[in-house]
Amino acid sequence: MTLTLNHFLVIGALLFGFGLLAVVTRRNAVAVLMGIELILNAANLNLVAFGRYVGGGVTGQVFSLFVIVLAAAEAAVGLAIILAIYQMLRNIDASQATTLKE
Amino acid sequence: MEHVAHAAAELTPLAPHAVSYLWLIPFFPLVGAFINATMGVRLQRKFGKGLVHTISIGAMVLSFAVACGAFVQLFGLDSEHRFLQDTVWNMLTAGKVEVDLGFALDPLSMMMTLIITFIGTLIHVFSTGYMADEPSYWRFFSYLNLFVFSMLLLVMGDNFVLMFFGWEGVGLCSYLLIAFWYTDPQKAAAGMKAFVTNRFGDFGFILGLFLLFWAMGGAWNKSADGQLRYTEDVSQIANHTEDAMERIGHPPIKIGPTLNFRELRDQVVIQETGVAEHLKSQKMFGFGLLAVVGILFFVGAMGKSAQLPLHVWLPDAMAGPTPVSALIHAATMVTAGVYMVARLNFIFALSPAAMGWVAFVGALTALFAASIGFFQYDIKKVLAYSTVSQLGFMFIGVGVGAYWAGAYHLLTHAFFKATLFLGSGSVILGCHHEQDMRKMGGLGKLMPVTKWTYLIACWAIAGFPWASGFYSKDEILWKAFSQESMAFPLLGMTPHLGQLIYLMGIIAATGTSFYMFRSYYMTFTGEYRGGHGHDDHGHGHAHVPHESPLSITLVLVALATGALLAAVLGIPTAWSGAAPLLEHWLEPALPAVVHFVEYAHSTEFLFQAIGVSAGVIGWAAARALYKDNKSQVPAQLLARWKGAWTVVYNKYYVDELYQATILRGSVALARTLSWFDKNLVDGLVNLASAVARTFANIDGAIDRYLVDGAVNLVAGATLSAGRALRRVQTGRIQTYLYGAVVGAIALVLLNFIIR
Repeated sequence: MTLTLNHFLVIGALLFGFGLLAVVTRRNAVAVLMGIELILNAANLNLVAFGRYVGGGVTGQVFSLFVIVLAAAEAAVGLAIILAIYQMLRNIDASQATTLKE
Repeated sequence: MEHVAHAAAELTPLAPHAVSYLWLIPFFPLVGAFINATMGVRLQRKFGKGLVHTISIGAMVLSFAVACGAFVQLFGLDSEHRFLQDTVWNMLTAGKVEVDLGFALDPLSMMMTLIITFIGTLIHVFSTGYMADEPSYWRFFSYLNLFVFSMLLLVMGDNFVLMFFGWEGVGLCSYLLIAFWYTDPQKAAAGMKAFVTNRFGDFGFILGLFLLFWAMGGAWNKSADGQLRYTEDVSQIANHTEDAMERIGHPPIKIGPTLNFRELRDQVVIQETGVAEHLKSQKMFGFGLLAVVGILFFVGAMGKSAQLPLHVWLPDAMAGPTPVSALIHAATMVTAGVYMVARLNFIFALSPAAMGWVAFVGALTALFAASIGFFQYDIKKVLAYSTVSQLGFMFIGVGVGAYWAGAYHLLTHAFFKATLFLGSGSVILGCHHEQDMRKMGGLGKLMPVTKWTYLIACWAIAGFPWASGFYSKDEILWKAFSQESMAFPLLGMTPHLGQLIYLMGIIAATGTSFYMFRSYYMTFTGEYRGGHGHDDHGHGHAHVPHESPLSITLVLVALATGALLAAVLGIPTAWSGAAPLLEHWLEPALPAVVHFVEYAHSTEFLFQAIGVSAGVIGWAAARALYKDNKSQVPAQLLARWKGAWTVVYNKYYVDELYQATILRGSVALARTLSWFDKNLVDGLVNLASAVARTFANIDGAIDRYLVDGAVNLVAGATLSAGRALRRVQTGRIQTYLYGAVVGAIALVLLNFIIR
């Protein structure tokens, strides 16, 4: 069996689905952050796969490198927010951080 | 028998002689009034009454001295141009009409000024004795000085505006002084009566002034056509006076509406200006305009000089202190009307109807007031009615065109009536403020100076030869008799009006003599009838009248001497061959051309004899009836003619007539108007408000239910929508994301379905 683009896309879609599920359902803010990482990695997988099978060249790989860097920065900012939320609420329960409605 | 012109044939404009001190004459009394009004109460407390009256009398003396100086200067001028002018400053300029604060002395106002300052000074001195017990001494003297100031303004002002200021000023002072003892409601009411009656007259005066001013306006326009010889542009007068002098021989005449007496005189008197013709030709509702103007001016004079039917205030004015009665209500203020008519002689002389009206009302008043004087018991009331009557004589004089005679009677009356009033004041003081002649009697022995001066004044007023009243009254009546060109308003020329007036005058003169000697005999002869048993004053001393202090008797002697000596000024032509001194003196001020019928001297002598016998008859009757209070005839006559007596004693019920008509009428009118106001006007207003209120209510309902309802509906919908949607916004980021995911899935599914 040879690996085709579809295999990669299915794996990417699953990753995305798990990540989205984590982001939407998990109450732990760190878990939410992890869900976001999953989503980003799903996107990376797709970028690399499309780069390999459709575009040729290294464009997809370079893009995914950028995304990895972005994800690192995003994680840093996200963890900082979580810390701030923790300092304010004494926990990191995402369902209790409702100040956005104000 | 021929008609001759009374005045000189050739009249020229007056050339005023400019001086700069005339303002001092009214200024001193003003300062005196001001000092006593502002500081009098403190001065009196600190330095006594002496300082108060020193200030006041000092002002009068200074004023009199300046007036004398002015007289000397005026006397020194050429008799054609005796006119002193002192323009202090311009008060108002409207187009070509200028009103200055300017004083002018011509022979007529000079005479008045001397009377006012001289008699005024004497009466101030008298007041120091008469008012010695008065606590508000300073107020009295302040008012007196203010009065003299106003009166001087009236006679010296060179234009109508200043005259009117003075006119109102004396009215005010008269009110203040009549109601001087204002705590007595009766006296306060008398003051108000005087003021209101005078206001009525002033209304006529000011209307006349407006009319005259308006009528002159046409003359001005006419001058613009170049029809008039002397027309000069006013603005050029100052620059071209010398030119004009060369071209036309005298200073240019300003033609047109003016308030200045001299300008008015020049343009009316000098025929070439055409102003007199123009005025004579003007009509108003079919009446000669000049007659209307003259009668309106005379209405003003009627108020001020207490002529029928506006005489009612003067007898009531006796409520004031006696010096006030002497100064204001005998010698000066009440003669303002006479002065005004004499001042405007050239206007009155143009209208026979106005002349006839003035003379006739004067004669009627003279007769009417004399008859009331017969039966009064209050000594001051007798004198008050006598004053009204004598003022009537003056108006006969100025009415028939014998202006100088009217002015002369004014002068002699000022002296003898002031003497009589001050004499009565002395009597009243001596009898401890008793004014009823029935409670006097026999005072001749106790008060010799008062008695003699009173008697001299009685001679003068009764018209006995060698006392001044004879000359003035006779001249007036004689001129009335020889005046045949007067008209009665609405009736046209009435040739025998002069004779009728003479007849009324001579009867009034007989009456005058009677009531004056009646008062003399009742007061000074017989036994003293007062002070027996009823000591209602509670004075400690005995109730025997005593002669008044020196300040009073000296003044009486001075005035009585004046009443005798004034005769010198009016020795008739028939006696001496020359014109009377005063007539000659006043001639330049009285340029009116009046025609009299010329009779022989023998006729004049006859009439003088009639005049004297009138006085003698009155005197004899009074002597027979009232001397020594012996005769029973007065009481019998009284019992017999009770009805007639009551009518006359009650002054012909004129006051009651006014009470019944004018007062009740105005109250009724006020009530009607009030009813009208309350029911009709208020009703209309209320109706309007009710209508407005109904509309407002409807409008309010629409507003409240419809407009507000719509607005509230929108608001409510928004509110509930918001309330519903608020739930969506939980603030939980995950919920939002959930929504986003669901939305994305829905979009994807939709994509499949639609495709």
